[in-house]
Amino acid sequence: MTAQKKQAEQIKEISGVNPLKCMKCGKCSASCPSYNEMDIKPHQFVSYVINEDIEALVHSKSLWKCLSCFACIERCPRDVKPGKLIDAARQLVVRKKGGDYLSPDEMAQLLDPEIPQQLLVSAFRRYRR
Amino acid sequence: MKYSYYPGCTLRNKAKALDDYARASALALGFELEEISEWQCCGGVYPLGSDEIATKLSSVRALNAAKEKGQDLVTLCSACHHVIKRVNDDMKNVEDIRTRANNYMALEEPYAGETTVLHFLEVLRDRVGFDRLKEKVVHPFTGKRIGAYYGCLLLRPGRILEFDNPENPRIMEDFIRAIGAEPVLYPYRNECCGGYVSLKEAELAKGMCDKIHKSASGFGADMLITACPLCMYNLNKSQTGGLPVYYFTELLARALGVCEACGNSREEDGEVTSL
Repeated sequence: MTAQKKQAEQIKEISGVNPLKCMKCGKCSASCPSYNEMDIKPHQFVSYVINEDIEALVHSKSLWKCLSCFACIERCPRDVKPGKLIDAARQLVVRKKGGDYLSPDEMAQLLDPEIPQQLLVSAFRRYRR
Repeated sequence: MKYSYYPGCTLRNKAKALDDYARASALALGFELEEISEWQCCGGVYPLGSDEIATKLSSVRALNAAKEKGQDLVTLCSACHHVIKRVNDDMKNVEDIRTRANNYMALEEPYAGETTVLHFLEVLRDRVGFDRLKEKVVHPFTGKRIGAYYGCLLLRPGRILEFDNPENPRIMEDFIRAIGAEPVLYPYRNECCGGYVSLKEAELAKGMCDKIHKSASGFGADMLITACPLCMYNLNKSQTGGLPVYYFTELLARALGVCEACGNSREEDGEVTSL
């Protein structure tokens, strides 16, 4: 099994999603509030997993632009859950040593006195393992 | 009526007002929030990976604590509600997660999703009733035009949250009517505020909150209400909108005339005297 194929299988396993159910209607991308910021759009993300082009996904800035707002998941008529695929690709990155997107060392610059605790725990959960 | 209550990390700190106003209002409405002892942080976000177990255990502990008391579990923060409700769904319906979580927990009786999880707004709608709430209002917000800001976490995924229609909700609008104000419907009320990306991608979140403010003020809202400390933070970072944002519990406590009972009433600071 090639490394990319193995990673595609991991993404499907972590997400529990079957990307082959996608019928390319594009509702996920149309619903996505981060669409303009994403280099690989939610509907394309699904195709990249089908085509096992995982190198592009793990280097995509979309991983850090997804808000986990579940709009794509709510509106998908085929129950593909693109947001779960994006999170699974993010997991492939952050579960690896050195893959963290957020480090405690940056916190001093990021903090402001109004920040709710909820923001810090949420960001650490999504960006770091 | 007594409920188990899970406040969560932020309601002990930055969003203490959200919590204080809720407790005072609950007493005025005839129910009590009994805080779970030694609760742990829910983690803020629901772990989307279907192989995640450890990150769900704090929710399972809270759910089981309520079960042992034979009480329903009430939440207030949108994020805590989202996480705990979804973990409860996993414990009820996903055998693999139920088995592995129970292996960690080693309870006398395994937990299998028995607890009913209610958001404070659901208690108002389904247990108290908005009609009864309306009767208890002593300071109605007559003439105020209020935009409900739902955000994501209370509504989606609708099949699991079962909070309201995720595309056209009305629970907060009904709440607004009950306290004597006029709800303002605007298209961005269930769009995301940017959530946790505001930590590292502040501009992205700001852009979204600008749209929300603009949308609500364009439809004539005087103010916004929210149940979520992170939505509150992000919405307050937006500079173009300028609408004041309040926790719904603050307006509830003021309508019920129980603000004095809250330890940290902002009324004393003169912050909300314009309301």
